[in-house]
Amino acid sequence: MKIKAFFATCLTAVKKFFVNLWPNIKNLKTKRGFNSILASLFSIIIGILVGLVLMLIIKPKDAFYGLSMMLSGGLSSVSNIFQVLYTTAPLMMTGLAVGFAFKTGLFNIGAAGQYTVGAFCAIFGAIILKMPWYVDILLAAVGGAIWGSIPGIFKALRNVNEVITSIMFNWIGLFLVDLIIANTPKMLSTYYGGADQSRTVDITAVNLSAKLPSLGMERLSPYMNVGIFIAIFLAIVMYIVLSKTTFGYELKACGYNKESSKYAGINAKRNIILSMSISGALAGIGGALTYLAGTSTMQVTKTMSPIGFNGIPVALLGTSNPIGIIFSALFIAYIQIGGNAMQPEFATEVIDIVISVIIYLSAFSLVFKQLIDKYLLGRKHKKDARDLLNGSSGNGTPPEPVEAEVVKEGGHK
Amino acid sequence: MNVFGDLLSSMIAFAVPLILVALGAMFSERSGTINIALEGIMIIGGLVASLIFKFLNGSALAASSPQLCVLIGIVGAAVVGAIYSFFLAFASIRLKADQTIGGTALNIMAPALAIVITWAVQGQGQTAIYTPSWVPLATAPIDANFFERVFLKSSYLTTPICVLIIIATWVIIYKTKFGLRLRSCGENPAAADSVGINVYKMRYTGVMISGALAGIGGIAFTLAAGSGFASTVAGYGFLALAVMIFGNWQPLKIVLAALLFAFFKSLSGMSDSIPFLPSFSNIKESYYIYLMIPYIVTMIILALTSKKSRAPKAEGIPYDKSSR
Repeated sequence: MKIKAFFATCLTAVKKFFVNLWPNIKNLKTKRGFNSILASLFSIIIGILVGLVLMLIIKPKDAFYGLSMMLSGGLSSVSNIFQVLYTTAPLMMTGLAVGFAFKTGLFNIGAAGQYTVGAFCAIFGAIILKMPWYVDILLAAVGGAIWGSIPGIFKALRNVNEVITSIMFNWIGLFLVDLIIANTPKMLSTYYGGADQSRTVDITAVNLSAKLPSLGMERLSPYMNVGIFIAIFLAIVMYIVLSKTTFGYELKACGYNKESSKYAGINAKRNIILSMSISGALAGIGGALTYLAGTSTMQVTKTMSPIGFNGIPVALLGTSNPIGIIFSALFIAYIQIGGNAMQPEFATEVIDIVISVIIYLSAFSLVFKQLIDKYLLGRKHKKDARDLLNGSSGNGTPPEPVEAEVVKEGGHK
Repeated sequence: MNVFGDLLSSMIAFAVPLILVALGAMFSERSGTINIALEGIMIIGGLVASLIFKFLNGSALAASSPQLCVLIGIVGAAVVGAIYSFFLAFASIRLKADQTIGGTALNIMAPALAIVITWAVQGQGQTAIYTPSWVPLATAPIDANFFERVFLKSSYLTTPICVLIIIATWVIIYKTKFGLRLRSCGENPAAADSVGINVYKMRYTGVMISGALAGIGGIAFTLAAGSGFASTVAGYGFLALAVMIFGNWQPLKIVLAALLFAFFKSLSGMSDSIPFLPSFSNIKESYYIYLMIPYIVTMIILALTSKKSRAPKAEGIPYDKSSR
């Protein structure tokens, strides 16, 4: 009898749980976040379809093989899964850098330079100063912050457009780092008996404490380390800073309207410099996470790292929301690893085309959202409207104005 | 003297793409749309013209009148550049989306598309499209004097076209009804609309002119770089944007800014052969110092002149007729 009673209580509890859950799910549908996610999914599906059409045009025979590689390459082996996580970490950081600047009304196209300077600082700390990994990451953050603050200072004090300064300092940063590495023989692999005189020495050979901890999983893959957790942690921190603190609110207010925030007593100049410094620090940490993994070495080169620029699509796809950026970085890293698996049948660049179509379609997100509203949620709205007409409050809130979002998204220049 | 001839010739070669693209950017911004996709449009322009050169190579037309073929390539680059920029115009004018979104998308797509198409045409791994030997306007003799070096060493049809475009741009912007209307749409679109100017149409036109010029700039860069088309324009699209701001959104100042930048750029490429420049012999890879100089000089001048800088008031803001 006792058992039967127990089951009965369990059953009611479960039933109660689901009964309570249902309105939550129904409410979820009307929430703006859900709407944005659905619009993003639409964009992703159409982007992948465009990729498929492109592959059908180039090599119809292999197109579906290419598609399956694109979609499953990231999961096809344990080592690929870890490689996705390894690729995600710096992408997430540069994405956060760009997204954070977007939120505060600035377009930080200089993440590439800040990433390079940060990477250099981390490697310098590891090889020359023989510092452990957490100090190296801090050094990278400082380096990136300094490099990011320069466009901020130019913007705040001299009113020079931050886009231009960022682009200029991308190149200056790259060449400066090249120059310093080439003139610091102790950083080069040749000093330690290596052959390549344009590369830094492998940090694991010089200072094992600088390598990011692998949490005992290095047996599974050399790519496994704490980098991804650091990136996710920082994304959550940025989320809290932006949406739960006065400081974040002030930064965002400057982004929405510089003049009125000045009127409200916010020091706009200070905030511009601070935003750019924080953004730069995030990108710099991205550089540290790439090279402290111990799987690659820095090269003296005249080409800019693509990871810095890829922060822009990551931020756009994640609508500049730190939590959204976690997922968009994971997605873009995943599809990039899938792109590597597509070779040699297709060039990896097919992935870039898919990504660009997805980004482009996010310009349509407003149109998509209206379509979703109209067809998926249409009935709900009609009911709300009827409730409103009848004077009863009904069970739901009135439909959120979709139009309001344009203003917000258009906040940055 | 010969070194200075080479220096001037290299300066002109690199200034031409910068001038073309920066003037294009000006058309777009004067109409109120920030065209951040210039880099991508340049790549598409370079790709199209290079492919046209490749297909015409060896044909009877290329043998009899090579410069006509070059002209066909340039026109092709302009047309396709304008079409490519239409996507940016559509997203930022019709859909009123943030202008960085469309621009970023086009910038990512262009090099990828260029590589995919190059591979599809030439076979896998063949990433460079080489420029045929009939493309230059003239060739300098080995014992060329100063003037021959300046005007013959790297002379392409794009240079005279660039001169024509500079003049045409100045006339269009300042002396025509269209120019006045275009500028008004970048300054105060609501006022322009109220006197019967179609703001959307003006902005579409502005962006697509910038696309056409960036397309020509793309092939001009490919020719200046010398080694053929390799799916990249090395950041020149972004540089052109900087040159435009540097030139304060005015055609003649833009030309001067581009020439200044190209001068320092050429200087960095030839620092070894110019006798009086410091050679930093105790520093390894010292030519990176010279590579940095153009960017640093631009930054200093920008910082000094920025107070006088005057951007079009309504640039970057989508125009919404209903909010007038």
